[in-house]
Amino acid sequence: MQPLRLIALAAAAVALAGCAGFAPPKPWEKGDLARPSMQFDPDVLAAKTTQHIYTSKEGAGGGYGVGGGGCGCN
Amino acid sequence: MPRRPKFRPAAIALVALLALGVALPPPALAVDAGQPAPAFALPRAAGDALTLESLKGRVVFVDFWASWCAPCKRSFPWMNEMHRKYGDKGFTIVAVNVDKRRADADRFLAQVPAAFPVVYDPEGKAPAAYGVKGMPSSYLIDARGNVVQVESGFNDDHAAAIEARIRDLVAAR
Repeated sequence: MQPLRLIALAAAAVALAGCAGFAPPKPWEKGDLARPSMQFDPDVLAAKTTQHIYTSKEGAGGGYGVGGGGCGCN
Repeated sequence: MPRRPKFRPAAIALVALLALGVALPPPALAVDAGQPAPAFALPRAAGDALTLESLKGRVVFVDFWASWCAPCKRSFPWMNEMHRKYGDKGFTIVAVNVDKRRADADRFLAQVPAAFPVVYDPEGKAPAAYGVKGMPSSYLIDARGNVVQVESGFNDDHAAAIEARIRDLVAAR
């Protein structure tokens, strides 16, 4: 392989290996995730209405919600 | 006809380097029942430090809580009850707050007051030492400083079981 390609590939691999350092937040660091502004649908009534429309008009459902109640406490 | 580029050695090297990057992060440590409880020295609201060392000889219930943790609203009245029942029998509750902002913790305590000591650890050193896996987490420590029971989360069913263990440990110390 051409040396320049090899160097570029090695540099890309080293840069990509840096992604291993990212870690999800620890359980006690999830305070900011629990803020109301971090919810996908802070308006419960609007969200329920939208989901009902999806179900009745398109036969589509699901794909929303988050495990554990979404309070960030687990 | 052009030569096919030989990229298999480079591909193998790439995969190996990525695998190394994934394998390098250290494993998380967790404190289980039977192990000695990690020491801590954390400030109370007035600024004076409370250490686990100073509580040796007492049964200690270390509870990690935060203002954003909904089950804590249920666990605090229960902990007040435990403090009332067993506090003068050699039982101490230490509630470690992990909020980043003190104002959030104060707001929670204004709604749900605590009769037991509350210490503050905004940097999260104590939960890291204890290997906290979920919020809230509680560690029941016997009079000799060993962790007896670890609870993640809080619900009323487990509360009754924990109270039974507290009663046993307090009687045995």
